[in-house]
Amino acid sequence: MTASSDTVRTVRSLSQEGYKYGFVTDIEADEAPPGLTEDTVRFISAKKEEPEWLLEWRLAAFRAWRTMTPPNWAKLHLAPIDYQAATYYSAPKQSAGPKSLDEVDPELLRTYEKLGIPLREREALAGVAVDAVFDSISVATTFKEELGKLGIIFCSMGEAVREHPDLVRRYLGTVVPQNDNFFAALNSAVFSDGSFAYVPPGVRCPMELSTYFRINAAKSGQFERTLLIADAGSYVSYLEGCTAPQRDENQLHAAVVELIAHEDAQIKYSTVQNWYPGDAEGRGGIYNFVTKRGACRGARAKISWTQVETGSAITWKYPSCLLEGDHSVGEFYSVAITNNRQQADTGTKMIHIGKDTRSTIVAKGISAGRGQNTYRGLVRVQPRAQNARNHTQCDSLLIGERCGAHTVPYIEVRNPSARVEHEATTSKISEDQLFYCRQRGLSAEDAVSLIVNGFCKEVLKELPMEFAVEAQKLLAVSLEGSVG
Amino acid sequence: MLEIRNLHARLTDGREILRGIDLLVEAGEVHAIMGPNGSGKSTLAAVLAGRDGYQITEGAVTYLGRDLLAMPAEERACGGLFLAFQYPVEIPGVNNMYFLRAALNAQHRHRGEPELDAGQFLRAVRAKLKFLDIGEDLLQRAVNVGFSGGEKKRNEIFQMAMLEPRLAILDETDSGLDIDALRAVARGVNQQRAPDRAILLITHYQRLLGYVEPDRVHVLQGGRIIESGDKDLALELERRGYGALGDAA
Repeated sequence: MTASSDTVRTVRSLSQEGYKYGFVTDIEADEAPPGLTEDTVRFISAKKEEPEWLLEWRLAAFRAWRTMTPPNWAKLHLAPIDYQAATYYSAPKQSAGPKSLDEVDPELLRTYEKLGIPLREREALAGVAVDAVFDSISVATTFKEELGKLGIIFCSMGEAVREHPDLVRRYLGTVVPQNDNFFAALNSAVFSDGSFAYVPPGVRCPMELSTYFRINAAKSGQFERTLLIADAGSYVSYLEGCTAPQRDENQLHAAVVELIAHEDAQIKYSTVQNWYPGDAEGRGGIYNFVTKRGACRGARAKISWTQVETGSAITWKYPSCLLEGDHSVGEFYSVAITNNRQQADTGTKMIHIGKDTRSTIVAKGISAGRGQNTYRGLVRVQPRAQNARNHTQCDSLLIGERCGAHTVPYIEVRNPSARVEHEATTSKISEDQLFYCRQRGLSAEDAVSLIVNGFCKEVLKELPMEFAVEAQKLLAVSLEGSVG
Repeated sequence: MLEIRNLHARLTDGREILRGIDLLVEAGEVHAIMGPNGSGKSTLAAVLAGRDGYQITEGAVTYLGRDLLAMPAEERACGGLFLAFQYPVEIPGVNNMYFLRAALNAQHRHRGEPELDAGQFLRAVRAKLKFLDIGEDLLQRAVNVGFSGGEKKRNEIFQMAMLEPRLAILDETDSGLDIDALRAVARGVNQQRAPDRAILLITHYQRLLGYVEPDRVHVLQGGRIIESGDKDLALELERRGYGALGDAA
């Protein structure tokens, strides 16, 4: 199952070619010494050859971070993290990963197979030291040219800083300020890379934008920074993540995503998160602390978040919408699964600021094994937000006796014309349902997967078609062994 | 096809519900099992279909030459045993058609037969729908969610028609049906009568038997079959009631 030498050669040559497109930056492996000081921030910024203003921006974030403490209000149990023990900059090393799929954990390979991941992609996902996913480079290049004709910019954050500094400077940190919260401040100080997209006025982006097509994506995971701007009257759909389980030697992840939708613009942001959840006892899983927020800056702007969260040992994540423009719309569709020892505290914030703003929240939590799943959501209606409307539907499904589901809604209404609805249900997969399915010929595991997919349907249908099919398979794999 | 010998079953709390059932059903036959509430009718259906929660303390069941009680529920289903539920179960969000196709293909896979693609499946569905008086809208709704009592029962018969079982057990499929639904269900059952298929009708009333003529009628009481006969036994029961049989138990 090793890559043929042909493939390796082609990948090598392609990735060298890749330099001129700016996809691959600092391949020469360098590591910052462990710990986080101002020097670390300067080192990172210098490594990335950043302009002075960005260094100052990072330093401001770092100074804010030093005065902050990790949030403790989430329903998550974890040992304190030693932030001074971590390494904050490490350029990708060719030799770091396994040499071939033969050296990769067979368990992981079986999962790839079940998910139907193509062989070459499996190598990239498992971190095999092939430095590019074969097809992606050419595909990405072709796409980039096509997008360029429409004036759409889609590149890595590092490239955006170099090529489009004015845009980055104008928008970076305007939705999630450096000192927003502990993890956002940390990210702002040390962010590694991420994605940048700008869609000009009136342009409908003709394809789903995806980090998948960027070869550095897998390596920029730890402190990823994403910035998406949809100018007036434009539309863009963005896919993040991938259904295959991703491993990373860094346990701590703190990403920031900022979305800006101007007047009449629409952003659809879909995520499938499947970071390594740890073993059955939760050892070694990723801690995922994410700040995602979108601002509907103009009238009738719309931002829609869809997430399928199946991975990570710890998930702390609240994709939110600031509904500033009148008649702007925010949506949040979420499926969060916790199995074994996984813990998720996730939800959203809908902040109604403009008049006639609307928001919809559909959150589906599935708990199995000893998983703990918390929905935490804030709906706030500001005094000026005349006729704001929100509908929240929050459903929990329990599988087994030792898991937990928790719902923590916060509703703050400061305008009497607001209409805010909250519905919540909790159910268990019943013996009756399982028997009914089995009596028709389905195995217990297929039955669970069928029932779970039905439970999540309202959310899955918000995903782009191909992603939805993958997500369905992923739900099944994530819950394997949860009934017996 | 089905041979039950001295079958004893109890609930997990120790109560014995079946107390020595003997029954022989040959291919091509329709048997009615009648009896008052609490006689063990539904328990018999559940035990045959492989539902958890029962302990078999004695006896044996042979189905098509195999030890039925040793097979898990899904294997019995794939082996052609179908149970029409007294209370069909709701599965929110799962499209009725999708569910049925998943079930049918699971059975095909198990038997090493080719799976049906969406087109083939749809053609098969259309052919069966005609005589069951089921609207296509029912197929697009979530499994049994928001179905009326009649719709649920028709849906069970529809599933039976699609899955083409060797042995169909209908657990009080006639209860709670209006006359139109009863006729539709009876039509479906009669259409399923075939030389290589057996049908076990579990019912409280004689009503359904006015439309589906059984080859044999058995009276279940106190967990035993206390009387067997031809279709006239059902009529007799209807006339004199179950109470008159009590002494024989």
